Amino acid sequence: MSDKLVMSTGNKAMAAAVKMVKPTVVAAYPITPQTEVIEAIAEYVGGGEMDARYIPVESEHSAMTACIGASITGIRVFTATSSHGLLYMHEMLHWAAGARLPIVMGQINRTLAPGWNIWAEHSDALSQRDTGWLQVYVSTVQEAYDATIMAFRIAEDNRVLLPVMINMDGFLLSHIMQPFEMTEPGDFVPQISLPHKIDVNDPKGYGAMSPSDIHFTFRHDMEKAMRASRTVIAETEAAFAKRFGRSYAPIEEYLCDDADVVIVAMGTLGKEAEVAADILRKEGVKAGVMRIRWLRPFPIDMKIEGKDLVVIDRDYSFGFGGVVAGEIQARYPQAKIASVIAGLGGQEVTYEDMATFVRTRKVGTEFWFGIPSEEQ
Amino acid sequence: MTEIPKEEMLLKCPSTCAGCGSLLALRYILKAAGKDTVLVIPACCNSVIQGVYPYMLHTVPVYNIAFAAAAACASGMSEAFRAVGKKTNVIVYAGDGGTADIGIQALSGALERGEDFLYICYDNEAYGNTGMQRSGATPLGAITTTTPNGKTVNKKDLDRIIEAHNLPYQATACASYPADIYNKVKKALSIPGPKFIHILAPCPPGWRTPSEKTVEIGKMAVKSGIWVLWEKEYDKFTISAPSRAAMKKPSPVADYLKAQGRFRKVDDATAAKIQAQVDKNLKKIAAEAAYSEENA
Repeated sequence: MSDKLVMSTGNKAMAAAVKMVKPTVVAAYPITPQTEVIEAIAEYVGGGEMDARYIPVESEHSAMTACIGASITGIRVFTATSSHGLLYMHEMLHWAAGARLPIVMGQINRTLAPGWNIWAEHSDALSQRDTGWLQVYVSTVQEAYDATIMAFRIAEDNRVLLPVMINMDGFLLSHIMQPFEMTEPGDFVPQISLPHKIDVNDPKGYGAMSPSDIHFTFRHDMEKAMRASRTVIAETEAAFAKRFGRSYAPIEEYLCDDADVVIVAMGTLGKEAEVAADILRKEGVKAGVMRIRWLRPFPIDMKIEGKDLVVIDRDYSFGFGGVVAGEIQARYPQAKIASVIAGLGGQEVTYEDMATFVRTRKVGTEFWFGIPSEEQ
Repeated sequence: MTEIPKEEMLLKCPSTCAGCGSLLALRYILKAAGKDTVLVIPACCNSVIQGVYPYMLHTVPVYNIAFAAAAACASGMSEAFRAVGKKTNVIVYAGDGGTADIGIQALSGALERGEDFLYICYDNEAYGNTGMQRSGATPLGAITTTTPNGKTVNKKDLDRIIEAHNLPYQATACASYPADIYNKVKKALSIPGPKFIHILAPCPPGWRTPSEKTVEIGKMAVKSGIWVLWEKEYDKFTISAPSRAAMKKPSPVADYLKAQGRFRKVDDATAAKIQAQVDKNLKKIAAEAAYSEENA
């Protein structure tokens, strides 16, 4: 097992990780800014570097459906999408999770029209948060690679058997190049073993009409699997750290232990915030960062006592508020949150801007970055 | 004579309406396909006919999927089976709504990609599962709950749309002719790539016919020429025996219309229009068969 340092975009690193875990079927439809992922996979398959069936479907609805049809035969599958493509899959996201299929999907975060805009935003993925998919948000090319490898092991664990969505900020990460270690996972992702795969020698019906009480049980089973996935994620990330030396947690904390104020964000904003914390520390402000990686299952052990939270949402739930801020407030009623809405449609948000959010925070209020205060 | 296996692949507990044409067709489809088969069923009558969990009508695995999704699901399933070296038959069994309307995009995509599965559309000419609303396959003049005065536009010519994909095997069939169905399914499954069979499936509650008349009504459709049985293997187009016989002297379409309550609001002018369309179509089909024979 030799790790080599290579330069890559986030998209290509994700594709390389997919190649490493050897899925049998990949079904996908191109969409900006995801396209590079499936182009790279098509090249691998076309060039004989990857022994998989690549199904170039006619829509994202069919991409997810083809993954469902392939997965139930008991093999490993992958797809990738973004933005409107994810929304076009919406119906089938429910079918995938409800059928307990460990499909892994790269999801390149992009805003939604109108107007047309191709840049980063988390609204696409967050609008799918109730579909029963696990969601992880990554912040570096290395993490995109590592999370993709771990996603298969987590999804395919018999305690979970739920699909996993790996979220990566469009262009900010999908298209920028960083050096990363291309670790060969070896047997880190074991052979898939689906207990309910189709077997013509033991015929069963799948997804038949189910009475209310049984349906209720199915749904509760999904929630039990979500809860169990917390353990599986922790085990997988610990095993990954032990074996490959790179460690991850559901919430990546930076300078949080003694912090009075913590910036909370997902994806690249959460990484950028570490620079803001450094600047603030030099000014004597005890600042830290909590970068939420796993939004589903939602973190149940945020250490927020005595701290102000500046939650930056690159999303919005109209008529309610920032999604992440709302989720934290619901889970931790005592949380003291200053909600910042920033980065929609790819709006630039620098570490200097984030430091300003902290300096000017008003707990209990919502602030839209770039909108004059008198209009808020 | 075709030797149809005695063994039943459907158990004796279907939740069908009495006289269901689609179940009659499925009985022979499964006899032809055998045990190494998976059925993919989108939302339609047959997603209910199979019974309520944990019970099941079929003796082969059945995978239920969303309305628009059958052909894409079968694509993934077939690719996965082939990837691991399995020959398992993947058969979609979908209604006309899931085929001609909401499912047509996925179907077209799968046919264009050359996926290896058999798609069977059982056509009861409306959304039967939800209580007979019009579909793209509902014929001119038919009353449905959303066309209370009779449909004012023609049935979508699904077969011509499918044909444009140049698939290796395509056929029509009718629930009233089980041996024809059996043979066509057998042949279809012997050919790699995408296959499509369009089966007219009389629906007693929807068509407003007595449940014991299903077979008779289907035969009337074929004998009048409003439904023609044919098959196309690569470029070889053949009219099937029952239609070859019927086309020598087709019975009046008016008899077929009069036998069904759903056509009760069809006036003489509309009936004449339907007859003219049938006549024209029969000429077209005869010409196509003759052309195919000459160029064989």
